[in-house]
Amino acid sequence: MTPVLQVNDLRVHFFLDEGLVRAVDGVSFDVHEGQVVGIVGESGCGKSVTMKAILQIVEPPGRIVGGRILFQKDAAPPVDLARLSPRGAELRAIRGAEIALIPQEPMAAFSPVHSVGDQIIEALRLHERQWRPTGPRLSRAEARSMTVDLFRSVGISMPQERVDAYSWQLSGGLRQRAMIAMALSCRPRLLIADEPTTAIDVTTQAQILNLLRDLQRRHGTAIVFITHDLGVIAQMARYVVVMYLGRVMEQGPVEQIFHAPKHPYTRALLKSIPSVNVAPRTLLPTIAGSIPHPLGRPGGCPFHPRCPDAIPGVCAERVPALGPVGPSQLASCFLYHRDEAVEP
Amino acid sequence: MSATPWLLDVRRLRKSFPIRRGWNRKVVGAVAAVDDVSFTIREGETLGLVGESGCGKTTTARCILRALAPTSGEILFRSADGRVVDLAPLSRAELRPLRPQIQMVFQDPFGSLNPRMTIFDNVGEPLLVNGLRDRRARLARVADLLELTGLRPEHMHRFPHAFSGGQRQRIGIARALATAPRLVVADEPVSALDVSVQAQVLNLLLELRSRLHLTLLFVAHDLSVVKHISDRVAVMYVGQLVELATTEAIFGRPLHPYTAALLRAVPVPDPLAPSGDVALAGEVAHPANPPAGCYFHPRCPFATDACRTEPPALREIGAGHLVRCHRAEELVLAGVAEPGRTPRAAW
Repeated sequence: MTPVLQVNDLRVHFFLDEGLVRAVDGVSFDVHEGQVVGIVGESGCGKSVTMKAILQIVEPPGRIVGGRILFQKDAAPPVDLARLSPRGAELRAIRGAEIALIPQEPMAAFSPVHSVGDQIIEALRLHERQWRPTGPRLSRAEARSMTVDLFRSVGISMPQERVDAYSWQLSGGLRQRAMIAMALSCRPRLLIADEPTTAIDVTTQAQILNLLRDLQRRHGTAIVFITHDLGVIAQMARYVVVMYLGRVMEQGPVEQIFHAPKHPYTRALLKSIPSVNVAPRTLLPTIAGSIPHPLGRPGGCPFHPRCPDAIPGVCAERVPALGPVGPSQLASCFLYHRDEAVEP
Repeated sequence: MSATPWLLDVRRLRKSFPIRRGWNRKVVGAVAAVDDVSFTIREGETLGLVGESGCGKTTTARCILRALAPTSGEILFRSADGRVVDLAPLSRAELRPLRPQIQMVFQDPFGSLNPRMTIFDNVGEPLLVNGLRDRRARLARVADLLELTGLRPEHMHRFPHAFSGGQRQRIGIARALATAPRLVVADEPVSALDVSVQAQVLNLLLELRSRLHLTLLFVAHDLSVVKHISDRVAVMYVGQLVELATTEAIFGRPLHPYTAALLRAVPVPDPLAPSGDVALAGEVAHPANPPAGCYFHPRCPFATDACRTEPPALREIGAGHLVRCHRAEELVLAGVAEPGRTPRAAW
């Protein structure tokens, strides 16, 4: 079965006056139908830029400089999103209709001068031919009643009234639900959720995550779930991609990543997180140092200056390639594949 | 336990903000951001204050720092000379001599340091303000403080932009410690940091706590972070304290349904331990218009008629375990599992 999305050696660079920032530097992963893939990493790891590259909304001076983003639309051969023009008709027909986004801050994503219902009705009518290739044109009234149904399905109470509300009249949780309704409105094949619960309180977060899980089960939508929260990833994703400074450190099934991590970064990261299941007032194992400045990226493996297992003369010299370390688990680390380096 | 005297005794603290409407900004109501909150902090103790956004935890902290003037209530503070002062009614001038004794660590390590001042000036300013005019003495003190917080003293003439988020937070901690405060209020000190750096700063606070016998009010929304640092934990909901107990009791045997729900809602970083449950329907009540009776009753799975009409009082159940719930005695609520045991219990 071909994956819905195949990201292959993606490179997104930012050409700043101060120098070149390799925000995403050779990222590869697949997303299969009905699968939730979690992308996890700390700030500056390139997880959000990867998401923006998929939708071709990287702002200048950033640019996709290499790699392929193959998206399987229907029976036809997959399209390479990286090759499409960001403003072209083909990509605009995909954005919102085939690939939808749930952004981190729904307050900023909704227009404050249009009701949330109107914004969803607009999307429904604009992309009508993508989600309903045949039949009569959708009327406003029909689109409105569909929006009410969508609101009901994402658990918004009093959907009839809420359709006419403005985003600033809704609470954070309701706003995120409305955003999810909008993202699902055109029945996308792929949903990208970029830190969808980071701005939300923990009890509301549980409701939103549950809703996403439930919708995913019902519609079988593939989801790329981006977060820095390892707890959320463990509970949401089936397959996990761990990123650090623009590169994939490790990827694999969620049980493997959390219970048999191979890459020193994944291992250290998992040990360093405070958890409610640990005895209070104990010192946490930490990762030495801090994340380097994007302009001061170390050569070789980007993690080597902080890595407890760095091999002298190897890790600082060459960049390790992603290689198998277990059943469908890959890591880019010389501890496992001494000879597999990325050519400079 | 009761042998150590309290350092801070907050009694029936209230802070309400006016709601203004119309062209003449007429006052049409009030939001009780902090609604009758009482607690004590003993010397050398760390009290964690948790709750969701809008619960009043930051307002409480700001009242204690007297960045805000409380509407009513007392904030009793045992100052260095042994006197007990009520901070609540003091004027700016009266507060001045007490300021060095209560210091703050801020949330945002990028916004809380002056970018035009070197680290020496940033950390040394509280010393200068408090009369340490000798530059040589200040240099020595700042060097000590930087060393104490895990920074290199030779970097003190650099500017904040040269430091990472975690290092800046260390600088913020060094600045808070400059005047050797008796109480440090830390408002979300690690929530803006990356996971790998969070652990470093938490460890630093734990070490400083034992080395300097630091008394800490630690305000945070993240339960796992609070568990890591606190001796006791206070849980707030819509401006009120709903539960206060030792960290072990709060996490092991919570007595308030809200605390239990909070604990259950935290997603645990283990795919084999299902968690992050939807324990609560609905959303947090608005403090301008809280429900009748117990503020939590519309979301509480155990609410009875009494809960809908009668506001429960904060009462002590067991030694030092305070809870604001009518049904605290009869409910059996699950805490988080101890390490090694299977997580999850029915409730």
